[in-house]
Amino acid sequence: MPRTILEPRSHVEYLSILDSDGNLDAALEPRLSPAELKSLYRAMLLGRRFDERMVRLQRQGRIGTFAPIKGQEASQLGSVFTLRATDWMVPSFRETAAMIWRGWPLEKILLFFAGYVEGGQPAPDQHDLPITIPVGTQLPHAVGLAYAAQYKGDDAVVMVYFGDGATSEGDFHEALNFAGVWHVPVVFVCQNNQWAISVPLKKQTHSKTIAQKALAYGLPGIQVDGNDVLAVYAAAREAVERARAGEGPTLIESVTYRLGVHTTADDPTKYRTQEEVTAWEQKDPLTRFRAYLEKKDLLEDGLERRVDDEIAEAVRRFEATAPPDPLTVFDHVYAEMPPHLRAQRDELARWLREGGAPAPEPPAAPLGATPMRGQRLTRR
Amino acid sequence: MAVMTYREALNLALREEMRRDPRVFVMGEEVGLYEGAYKVTQGLLKEFGPRRVVDTPIAESGFTGIGIGAAMLGLRPVVEMMTFNFALLALDQIVNSAAKMYYMSGGQFNVPIVIRGPGGPAAQLAAQHSQSMETYFYHVPGLKVVRPTTPMDAKGLLKSAIRDPNPVIFIEAETLYPVKGEVPEDPDFVIPLGRAVVRREGTDVTVIAYMGMMYRAIEVADELAKEGISVELVDPRTLRPMDVETIIGSVRKTHRVVVVEAGAGFAGMGSEISAFVTEHAFDDLDAPVERVTGANAPMPYARNLEKLKTPTKDKIAAAIRRVCNANGS
Ligand SMILES: Cc1ncc(C[n+]2csc(CCOP(=O)(O)OP(=O)(O)O)c2C)c(N)n1
Ligand SMILES: [Mg+2]
Repeated sequence: MPRTILEPRSHVEYLSILDSDGNLDAALEPRLSPAELKSLYRAMLLGRRFDERMVRLQRQGRIGTFAPIKGQEASQLGSVFTLRATDWMVPSFRETAAMIWRGWPLEKILLFFAGYVEGGQPAPDQHDLPITIPVGTQLPHAVGLAYAAQYKGDDAVVMVYFGDGATSEGDFHEALNFAGVWHVPVVFVCQNNQWAISVPLKKQTHSKTIAQKALAYGLPGIQVDGNDVLAVYAAAREAVERARAGEGPTLIESVTYRLGVHTTADDPTKYRTQEEVTAWEQKDPLTRFRAYLEKKDLLEDGLERRVDDEIAEAVRRFEATAPPDPLTVFDHVYAEMPPHLRAQRDELARWLREGGAPAPEPPAAPLGATPMRGQRLTRR
Repeated sequence: MAVMTYREALNLALREEMRRDPRVFVMGEEVGLYEGAYKVTQGLLKEFGPRRVVDTPIAESGFTGIGIGAAMLGLRPVVEMMTFNFALLALDQIVNSAAKMYYMSGGQFNVPIVIRGPGGPAAQLAAQHSQSMETYFYHVPGLKVVRPTTPMDAKGLLKSAIRDPNPVIFIEAETLYPVKGEVPEDPDFVIPLGRAVVRREGTDVTVIAYMGMMYRAIEVADELAKEGISVELVDPRTLRPMDVETIIGSVRKTHRVVVVEAGAGFAGMGSEISAFVTEHAFDDLDAPVERVTGANAPMPYARNLEKLKTPTKDKIAAAIRRVCNANGS
């Protein structure tokens, strides 16, 4: 009756393929065609330049608050790159680069952060959920999508994004637990960017890694260098293939860093040092990937200009959009408009028609006119 | 018509809808092998198998969120809360996701989920297990909220809820599960959401109530009939969207209103009903609207105190006599 080790096989791997100087572990190098490598780099560059432009637009008051992605381009694109269009992508609120890859037009993203409902509206055949704000709330949705895909017998895989802070939420643990028990095709991608607003990872969890949390739920967990697009790609590809083959869910911890503000309403100098930021700037995912492509002679001339032109064109289209129609506030509340909303909508329409003057009559009388005070009509 | 219990009526509704539509599936704690904590899912696992009758881990937020995800991909999940008191653990999922996804996706993803289970006072289930939970949900745009009083309503409304393209909160009651009544066996029988019903016609006063309070109000109406007070009984059935028209129609006829609700009254259903009666039919009223509600305190565990906390027949009768100016004079 000794004490024995029950789970000797449980372990957590760390994967890194390309170091900060662009040096390669050739044995681990994923097989990506030159065209794939170029499109990955282009998407990372577009993600970076668009993010920087969005910060400027916000500072100028042309869009609202948003969560920048600078520093997390490899983490997002290495993973989302492994999905098919028919797979599902479930974002949190910091996945702009992944969303662009999935086909969200740039001006739609701008419209979203300017408050237009259309900005959050996926195309009819697009398998992406809208941005959600409650931290961790989207993880059970991903498991539900995966359950439904399995139920319908299609082979779609679901990839869901969340931050290090989200791993403290109950929904993270409930989702991993369900995914484990039901063995559904989900890839959980935790972008561990070291901070949840001002709270550093060490105040979020006492675990050595986030990846190891998977083991408690009986699923594999792997930690990758999230600023190394090849490592993220390799881990995600393995996870997606396993999921598609019916081998169940995986948790990927992508170790990265938020180089910018938490949101445009945040000032990170209040809680972290410039030295820390500088140290991570040395590990910039774009610099590193560019060095790798340079050695392969795959860098395209004039790419930055073309990307900037694309962004400028999107900003132009965005700014040419008319402000939202007030009457749309009642749309999409229910699949059909119930009487109380129809009455409020009609009232607003009338108010707008009359030049926005206060309503001359008492509001909303969907039931036929009430007799005026003092004109009692029926009395026993 | 067949005579069956409220529980059997719900079970039949689930069974018929699962036969009709392969996208409908049931999930929750103990719904499979154990056939539901209150046996509403009896026999479903046997007929439909574990893919469509899914026992879940104990994680209300998790399985509600999963239901929402599955609904967005086109399934029709019916999620059972062992009791609605525990739906509080899923409040973020229900309010921030189920009720908002259709709106936030600009109409791309509707969430045809039904979240059902018992709620309200029962028999000595105490403070954390007796709450009238509808108040937490009917405030939220995007949700429909149903409280079915009779076995027939239980069947007809649950079928409509399952077919509805919106998220529906469907709150039953422990005390009503064994109640018997006539139920159409026709699988095409449904009761549309958003329609109230006049359960008894009367001329002197409109009493608005649902669930256990409606049964109590019926007894009171019988007794008051002997005193010559004619009570009209209106059951909203769907609390959101509310059938304002039927209620106001009754008020215009009787000119007096008493609302009875089991839960603590502050900002309750009675507050809302008395507000819209005042807005729409102020000049029709011959007396202020009266509310008879549960006391504003947690539900006591002790049997005698529990009885006192919810509206008793005496309190309902007293309120009706007051508005009818019939205080024994
Ligand atoms: C349920 C919930 N609690 C709190 C917040 C406020 N909040 C927004 S982002 C954030 C930090 C999230 O950190 P993390 O998960 O690491 O993601 P990151 O922002 O770093 O991408 C917090 C606390 C929220 N949106 N939702
Ligand atoms: Mg973080």
